[in-house]
Amino acid sequence: MRVPLSWLKEYVDIVLPVPELAERMTLAGLEVESTKRIGAEWGRDKIVVGEIVEVRPHPNADRLTIAVVDHGASEPEAVVTGAANIKIGDHGQKVAFARTGARLIDGYSEERRYVKLKPTKIRGVRSAGMVCSEKELGLSDEHEGILILDDDAPVGVPLQDYLGDTVLDIDLTPNLGRCLSIIGVAREVAALTGQPLKLPEPTMKAGGAPIAGQIELEIADPDLCSRYSAALIKGVKVGPSPLWMQQRLRAAGMRSINNIVDITNYVMLEWGQPLHAFDYDRLRGRGDGDNPVIIVRRARPGERITTLDGVERQLESEMLLITDGGGPVAIAGVMGGLETEIGLSATNVLLESANFNNLNNRRTSELLKLPSEASLRFGRGLPPETTVIAARRASEYMRQLAGGVIADGIADAYPVKPAAKTIALAAAEAERLLGIKLSRQRIVEILESLGFTCEPGKRAAPIHVTVPYYRLDVEIAADLVEEVARIYGYDEIPDTLLRDELPPQRRNLALEGEQRVRALLVGSGLAEVITYSLTNLQSVAKLDPTQEAVDAANYIRLANPLTSEREYMRRTLMNSLLETLRDNLRFNDRVDIFEIARVYLPQPDQELPDEPRRLGIAMSGPRHDAHWTGASDETLDFYDLKGVVETLLDRLRVGDCTFAPTEHPTFQNGRAATVSVGGTEIGVLGEVHPLVRENFDLPEQRVCLLEIDLEALLAQVPSVYYYQAVSRFPAAVRDLALIVEESVPAVQVRDAMAKAGGKLLQKVELFDVYRGEQIPPGKKSLAYTLTYQAVDRTLTDEEVNRLQTRLQKKLERELGAQLRA
Amino acid sequence: MLDQLNGLEKTALDELHSLASMEALEAWRLAYLGRKGSLTSVLRSLGKLPPEQRPAAGRETNRVKLALEQAYGEQAAALKREQTLRQLSQEQIDVTLPGRPVEPGYLHVSTQTLCEIYAIFAAMGFQVVETPEVETDNNNFQLLNIPPYHPARDMWSTFHTTREGVLLRTHTSPGQIRVMRQYCPEPIRVILPGKCYRYEQVTARHESMFYQVEGLAVGRHVTMGDLKGVLTHFARQMFGANRKVRFRCSYFPFTEPSAEMDMDCIICGGKGCRVCEHTGWLEILGSGMVHPQVLKNGGYDPAVYSGFAFGMGPERIAMLKHGIEHIRYFFANDLRFLQQFA
Repeated sequence: MRVPLSWLKEYVDIVLPVPELAERMTLAGLEVESTKRIGAEWGRDKIVVGEIVEVRPHPNADRLTIAVVDHGASEPEAVVTGAANIKIGDHGQKVAFARTGARLIDGYSEERRYVKLKPTKIRGVRSAGMVCSEKELGLSDEHEGILILDDDAPVGVPLQDYLGDTVLDIDLTPNLGRCLSIIGVAREVAALTGQPLKLPEPTMKAGGAPIAGQIELEIADPDLCSRYSAALIKGVKVGPSPLWMQQRLRAAGMRSINNIVDITNYVMLEWGQPLHAFDYDRLRGRGDGDNPVIIVRRARPGERITTLDGVERQLESEMLLITDGGGPVAIAGVMGGLETEIGLSATNVLLESANFNNLNNRRTSELLKLPSEASLRFGRGLPPETTVIAARRASEYMRQLAGGVIADGIADAYPVKPAAKTIALAAAEAERLLGIKLSRQRIVEILESLGFTCEPGKRAAPIHVTVPYYRLDVEIAADLVEEVARIYGYDEIPDTLLRDELPPQRRNLALEGEQRVRALLVGSGLAEVITYSLTNLQSVAKLDPTQEAVDAANYIRLANPLTSEREYMRRTLMNSLLETLRDNLRFNDRVDIFEIARVYLPQPDQELPDEPRRLGIAMSGPRHDAHWTGASDETLDFYDLKGVVETLLDRLRVGDCTFAPTEHPTFQNGRAATVSVGGTEIGVLGEVHPLVRENFDLPEQRVCLLEIDLEALLAQVPSVYYYQAVSRFPAAVRDLALIVEESVPAVQVRDAMAKAGGKLLQKVELFDVYRGEQIPPGKKSLAYTLTYQAVDRTLTDEEVNRLQTRLQKKLERELGAQLRA
Repeated sequence: MLDQLNGLEKTALDELHSLASMEALEAWRLAYLGRKGSLTSVLRSLGKLPPEQRPAAGRETNRVKLALEQAYGEQAAALKREQTLRQLSQEQIDVTLPGRPVEPGYLHVSTQTLCEIYAIFAAMGFQVVETPEVETDNNNFQLLNIPPYHPARDMWSTFHTTREGVLLRTHTSPGQIRVMRQYCPEPIRVILPGKCYRYEQVTARHESMFYQVEGLAVGRHVTMGDLKGVLTHFARQMFGANRKVRFRCSYFPFTEPSAEMDMDCIICGGKGCRVCEHTGWLEILGSGMVHPQVLKNGGYDPAVYSGFAFGMGPERIAMLKHGIEHIRYFFANDLRFLQQFA
C-alpha cells in the first residue's frame, strides 16, 4: 500500500519527522519498505506555479508557440514551447514553470537524464524558462503536452509545496487488510503518535428523485454477501478527473482513467471499500426499460459472462454473481461485465458498494486468475459498515467532479447487521503472556487510542472491550494483548530467559547416529552435498539401461511442479549423486561426495509416505593427487569405496558385516556387491556400468557408487560397547601363503582362518594376491600375516607352530588350500 | 717396559687423534686394543717380568689400556658426530617445495549451520525433533489457523501433490502440532529442523527447497519476555556478543502476538547498505506467542499454558555470516563453493 503523506494528513496530523514515523510504523507491524519523495529534486525557487497570460505565435515556426507566463516575478516571462495542449489565444492555465537554472529531466532522452535549464534562442526567439511536461518533472513518461495544474494553484508558489509529496510504501501482512486504505493507516498513525483522528462522516447532497423507485436489490445468498448498497447518480459527464485526484492516484500506484473510474478508485484507496460503477441505462436496457432488479447469487450451471477485459468466462457454482433479470452483469468483487461498463457516453451511474465473503472471493479470483485491487481488499475481509459511507463519499465526488445529480438516499440490502464483538480481557492476561506488569489504566488507554471501547471493571474483573467495526482481525484476548504490546512497544518488554520448568530431556539417537556417520565419512575424506528431493523420472531411468521407463505409480508426484525437472519426490539418491559427480568432475580431477537425505516411499495404507534416510556415496578420479614427488596413474575403484564402507561399519561397531557379489543394472557386472549387517541387506555398492556412465554424461573412468538404508544401518549400531583388554605380552607373527581355487572368495579363507585360529589369533591381514608363474592355472595365491597373541602370557614358539599347523590343515581340508612353497 | 708403554701410549694417542674415518678408527682399535694389538701383547709379556716389577708394570699397563679405551670412545663419538653432521648436510631439502596434500572431507555449509543452531539451543534445553516433509494440508495449514483460501495462504506458495490434501510442507511449523500432540501435557522445548518447499522461482533469496529450523517452547510460565530473551541470546551466540536486535510486530496466523526479529546489519553496522536494503536492519527470524487455538489443537489448555514459537532459515543465516549473495549456491553443490566452508 502506497500512502501519500498529503492524503494521510487530511485525517491525522503528522507530528514526527518522516524517518521516525516510518520506524514507529514498522515496529508496530506496518513495515515501511521505502519512502519516496515526489518533487524532492525540484528547486524551490526554480520550479514554481505559473499562469499563462498569453499564447502567441512563434514568428519562425508553425509548430512552436510563445507562452507568456506569470510566475510571481515582477515581469512575466515569454518562453518558446512546442506543447500540443496549449494553443494560440489560450490564457489562464496554471502550469509548472521552470526558471533559468532549474534541474529537469531531459524530455527527449530515453533514460532519466537531468539537464540544467539555460537561456537559449529557439528558432531566433529568446526563451529563458520553460513550461514543463510531466516527464520533465519526473512524474510520468508523458511528454506530449505540458502539465496543466488545477485552476486554484497559487501563482509563484514553489511547485514542491503545491505538488510535492512523500509516499510511504508499506508492506502489509495479510492480517492488515484494514490498512489497505488511507483512513486505516491514519487510525494506526493516530494511535502510534498520540494524535486525534480527524474523520468527519462523509455526506452527500442529493438532488434527484428517491432511489427507492429506480432500483431493487435482493441478496439471494446472504452467506456470501452480507450487504449490498447502491447509489444512483444521473447526468454525469465522463471526462478527465482533476489533477489533484490524478496526482494522488498516481502516487498511490494507480492510473488515472476518467473521472468516474478515478472516483471509485480514489474512494477505495481512501476507505478501503471497493466500488463498482454500472451504466444504469444499459442495466435498464437489458430489462426492457424496467427498473433494474439486482440479484446477488451464486452462478448457475453453464452460466458465462464476458468481463471488462473482453474475455468470456465460464462460471462455476460457487462463484458469486451480480445479476439482473437478464443474467450476470458482474463477478462479485472480482470484475465487472463488459456489457454494463461505463463508457465515455454514459450519463447515469449505478454505484455498487457491497460486502462479499472474503474466502469465497479469494477462491473465485484465484480460480479465474483475476487478481485486482478490489479482490485484494475483499479477499482480506472488509467490514459491512463501510459500504454506505463509501457510497456517499463517491456519490458526492460524482456530483462535484462530474456534474451528476444524486438520487435521494442509498439503496441498501443488509439482511443481518452483525453485533459488535466484545471480549473479556483479564488485566493479568497481558502479564501472563508478555511478562510485564501493565496497569489496567495503561491497557485501557492503549486500546482506546486504537478505537476500542473499554469498560474497565474493578479489581479482578476483566476489562470488557468492544471491538470497533473495522477491526475484523481482533477476535480473542490474545489479539488484544498483541494490540497492547505493539503500541506499548515490543522493545519495552524486558528480555528474560525461560524460568519455566525444564522439560524431560530426551536424546535424539536417530540424529546422533546420522551425525556420527557424517563425521566418519568426513574423516574418510568425503565432501557432503545436499541435492534436491525433487527429481524427474527420466533421470531415474538412466540408472537402469535394461528398462525403458520408471513406474510413476511408485512416486509422490507434484500436482503443480515448477518444472518437469523436479516433479517427483525421489526414491533414491543415486541419480542426483551421479549428476553432482559429473558437474564437479568438470572442475576437479577427483570427486568424493556423500549425501544423507530422506527418500519418499508411498505406502498403500497411509496418507503420507515413509521417509527413511539413505546414505549415498559417489567417488571417481585418480587415487593420488598429482604431486612433484612422483606420479601415479591408479584410479579409484571398488576397493577404495569398500574401504570407506568398511571403516564406517568398523567405527560404528556393527559386527557381522558381509559383502556379497550381486547383479544390479546400475553397476558393472562382477564389480558390485550388496552389503549386509547382522544378516540384513542394507544396501549396494559397486562400479557404475559403462552404459549408465554414458547416460549421465560421465567421463570414461571408473565411478564408484553406493546407496544404503541409513535406518537399517543405524538399527544395527550397538548402544553399548565393551572394550577389549590390551595385551602386555609380545605377539607372534607368522606369514602364510595359500593356493586356492580361483572361485574361492577371499572372505571364505579369512573366515575359515578366524575360526580355526581361535581366540589367540588376533589379526589376519591379507598382504598379497598373486596369479601367474608357479601358480597352477585356475588358482590364486593369497598371502596373509597372522598375529597370535595372548592377554595373560607370552606364547611359546611351539604353541604358535601348533596353532599354525592346525589352521593350515583345517584350511586344506575345508577349502583345499595348499601351502605355497 | 714402562718407557715402552709410555711410548706406545703417546704414539697410539697421536695416531688416534689424526684419524678421520670410522674404518681407520676400527683399524686403530685392532692395532692397539685388539686381540693381536700392541697393548695386548704388552699385557701378555707382563709374565716375563721379574715378579717384583710385575705389580707396577701391571698397574701402568692397565692405566694405559683405560686411557686408550677412553680416548677411543671419545674419538669414536666425535667421529660419529662428524659423520652424522656430514650426512645431515647432504640431506638438506628445499623447504619451499609444496607438501604432500591431505584431503580431509567436509560438511555442507547448511549442515554446519544447523549444527551451530542445535548447539546454541541445546544449551538452553531445546532438543532436536524431526517431522515429515510430505505433510497434510491439515497439519501444514488448518491446524495452524489457516483454513483453505485464507488470505494468509498467500504467505506460502505451496507444492501440492496429486493426492488431495497432501502437500510438501511449506514451513517446519506443522512440527509444532505433531510435537504438542506427542508430548502433551509435558512442557516442551524443541527445535524442529528440516527441508521445506515452496512453489517459488529461484531468486537471490528464495529457493524452491530450503532448510528451516522451527522452535517451540510451551509451559505454564512462558512469556514474550522469554521469547525475546532466548532469541536475543541466540542472535548474539550466532553472530557476535555485541549485536543489536529489535523485535517488530508482524503476523503469522499461528502466533499472537507475532514478532519479526531484526539484527543490526553485519555488513554496514546499521548505517544502511545494499544487503540490508538501506534500512540498517536484517530480518533474522519470525516468531510469536503460540496462538491459543494452536495450543488447543496441540492438546494444551491456553488458559493455563502459554508458549512461543519461531522459525529461521539456516541458509539465510549462512548467507549473512559469509557474505553469500545468492541462495542458489547451496544446492548447486559446486565443490569449489562448498569447500570454502571446510
